[in-house]
Amino acid sequence: MAAGVAAWLPFARAAAIGWMPVANLPMPVAPTNKNKRQDELIILNVSGRRFQTWRNTLDRYPDTLLGSSEKEFFFNEETREYFFDRDPDMFRSILNFYRTGKLHYPRYECISAYDEELAFFGIIPEIIGDCCYEEYKDRKRENIERLLDDLEDNKDSKLPNMTIRETMWRAFENPHTSTMALVFYYVTGFFIAISVITNVVETVPCGLTPNQRDVPCGERYTEAFFCMDTACVMIFTVEYLMRLFAAPSRYRFMRSVMSIIDVVAILPYYIGLVMTNNEDVSGAFVTLRVFRVFRIFKFSRHSQGLRILGYTLKSCASELGFLLFSLTMAIIIFATVMFYAEKGSTSSKFTSIPASFWYTIVTMTTLGYGDMVPKTIAGKIFGSICSLSGVLVIALPVPVIVSNFSRIYHQNQRADKRRAQKVQKARLARMRISKSGSSTAFLHSKRNGLNQSLELTGSIEDHQMKKATTLLESQHHHLLHCLEKTTNHEFVDERLYEQGYLQTTLQNFPSRSPSLSSEEGITGTCCSRRVKKNIQPLNATHSHPHTHNLKELSTLHIHCREQQPLNTSRSSLNLISDESGSLNCKSSGLVTTAIISIPTPPSNNSRASPDAPSPPNPGAPPLPNPGTDVVKISSL
Amino acid sequence: MKVKSRDESLNTSVELDGSSDLLTGNPPSGQRKKNIKQRFLRLLPCCHLDTKPTVRQNSIEDDFELATVCYRPEGLEKLMEQTKFSRKELQIQYRSFKNECPTGVVNEETFKLIFSHFFPQGDSSTYAHFLFEAFDRHKNGAVSFEDFMIGMSIILRGTVTDRLCWAFSLYDLNKDGCITKEEMNDIMMSIYDMMGKCTNPCMKDSAPKEHVESFFQKMDRNNDGVVTMEEFLESCQKDETIMESMHLFDHVF
Repeated sequence: MAAGVAAWLPFARAAAIGWMPVANLPMPVAPTNKNKRQDELIILNVSGRRFQTWRNTLDRYPDTLLGSSEKEFFFNEETREYFFDRDPDMFRSILNFYRTGKLHYPRYECISAYDEELAFFGIIPEIIGDCCYEEYKDRKRENIERLLDDLEDNKDSKLPNMTIRETMWRAFENPHTSTMALVFYYVTGFFIAISVITNVVETVPCGLTPNQRDVPCGERYTEAFFCMDTACVMIFTVEYLMRLFAAPSRYRFMRSVMSIIDVVAILPYYIGLVMTNNEDVSGAFVTLRVFRVFRIFKFSRHSQGLRILGYTLKSCASELGFLLFSLTMAIIIFATVMFYAEKGSTSSKFTSIPASFWYTIVTMTTLGYGDMVPKTIAGKIFGSICSLSGVLVIALPVPVIVSNFSRIYHQNQRADKRRAQKVQKARLARMRISKSGSSTAFLHSKRNGLNQSLELTGSIEDHQMKKATTLLESQHHHLLHCLEKTTNHEFVDERLYEQGYLQTTLQNFPSRSPSLSSEEGITGTCCSRRVKKNIQPLNATHSHPHTHNLKELSTLHIHCREQQPLNTSRSSLNLISDESGSLNCKSSGLVTTAIISIPTPPSNNSRASPDAPSPPNPGAPPLPNPGTDVVKISSL
Repeated sequence: MKVKSRDESLNTSVELDGSSDLLTGNPPSGQRKKNIKQRFLRLLPCCHLDTKPTVRQNSIEDDFELATVCYRPEGLEKLMEQTKFSRKELQIQYRSFKNECPTGVVNEETFKLIFSHFFPQGDSSTYAHFLFEAFDRHKNGAVSFEDFMIGMSIILRGTVTDRLCWAFSLYDLNKDGCITKEEMNDIMMSIYDMMGKCTNPCMKDSAPKEHVESFFQKMDRNNDGVVTMEEFLESCQKDETIMESMHLFDHVF
């Protein structure tokens, strides 16, 4: 049961008196507090430091070491205290968990040491309070990442079973994996640089020919440059083809930005090869050469910084777009004003508004070329306002980009936190499971027949089974049972409710009705012995064909369910209750227990018959889904 | 940041328009004049107005004050006189009470929370509310330790008649001395709500009403549509099941 709510159990039970006058049925017997000992102080000696607390405080969490009987293993007879050979500083926060119901993570502690302590004392870390949980998760994630990094560095040494393709791809992506990859990396980098420098130098005028003007080097040493270009393009083509071959997903590789840059870088050469002799399209050919400059973008594979910058610009695109829009607005406004202000003056360069755009842009960016200047007074006034506001407007994009850059930098960390969000959901799911564990525990104890409502005389097995649950739990279950009696309805598991719901809708066919009535009297528990005891009040009212049910006695399907994600073996929340289950059932091992549909006693209701969501018909095959735990035992 | 800039721009556009108040959408009231004047004066470096604390600040301080108010019970001897618990029992109970509610009082939210833990499958907030009303003797929205113990004393240590009277006062929502069908309906709905919807047999909407009918048939002797205290006590004392169940929680402590 959850936290200090255990302290309120007496109150909740007393409040149940409000149901008593309303209930029509007799209430179950309350579990008695057999060993009613007064609350006593117990001493916990942790490595010499003595902690004292009430026994009840520790009993609040029966699924931990200190709350269960496991602590008896640490009991020291001579000194009459419990001795634990653990860290006393960390024990403080653990003991505070029992006292206050909240587990805090002390920041100065090492995360793995803390985890070990929690594991020793049987406390799941998901219970850590919200105040400390994020810190805990951050530290844990850092730790795991550090360990992973160390692992990866060791892992990079050969994995023997990688195909050539995978080796190549890894070599391309991470040049530090092998010397060949490194060599390849540097060679391609070198050739990219060569190619870019070639493009640049091609246009430099070098040397005067005796008859003419300066000739750019490209035209002078055509063959040399052509050879250089060919060599570079060949290297780039080979590299591209190899990457294409090695890529795990070729389609995705071809769509990626880097491969498009590669293609654009080498395509002009091939197009130029094809169209060499055609003079008409030489203009287009020249344009194509411009694309050769894209080769410089291939450097971004070699530089992380370029990639981040590119990504920043891409993500700032909307801010920059908005900025551009506001700049355009300002330019249009000022250009219009300047045009009309300068309209009067003679020989004004402001011939039209679009012509004034140039002046506005040059002034606002504080360039001030001086090729267009206003001459009228009004023009000068507006021109100065324009330049002053330009300073303001230009100051805007810098913080935008800077903040976006830092945002992207933190986004990396936030992506990890988003992964933590999923963990948060898992955490909440686990806590919900542990909370709902109390209700499922009740249903389970019902299935185990621990509630002796139908038989007021206890038997020996019952006493044994009682010991399996704690007093608090049995009191809680008794409370829930009283509520069931008051309202004349029973709690069922959600899954079963849905099953039953489905089946009641399915079973409205008249042909099935005799089997329906036969199913009513079905009680299920694990053992057929107990079935007989429970039947007495029911047999009188049901007259139904017995043949079906005889068959059913033999259909004893006990399916085992997988273990709950909670690993604490002591957990009484755990659906596999080892002690109680094994006492009850013939088959040992991981027995989960059966559904019961304890039929509502027929005394004063008319609603039992049509509504009972019965287990599947005898004619139907046993329940198809393997995960359920259905035991069908008929009432005979 | 992108989203934030857009929101801010939206705000400024409406303000520029000046035609509507942001919160309510109504045209701005005369308060705007004061705000503009304040803003203008604040711009001037010479005069700094002592801005009066806004209403918002006051309520924050009030909240702080409420949170630090501690309620202390009168004394152990006095409680022992008022209730039928022993000293040890009161001590144990107070320790856990104080642990759970350091301020010394329980409010309705805590009741609802407690019940939601005990009855996870259904909605127990209505029943918790009725229970709170029954425990809150001074009707001040908080149940102190004394109220709590007095209530528990009646239920756990009182005579059967006392307990039945307490139950009657729980059902009688408006405390007028008689239970009407509507009140009983509310109580019954709250009890059935605690079951939730996953029940066997399926919970029908008419189940509480039918239960109320049977209750009134049993309790209402003179068939006048209400159950008075005398009728209630008489009918309960005649019913053995109820009398037995009244002793169910004698040994809760």
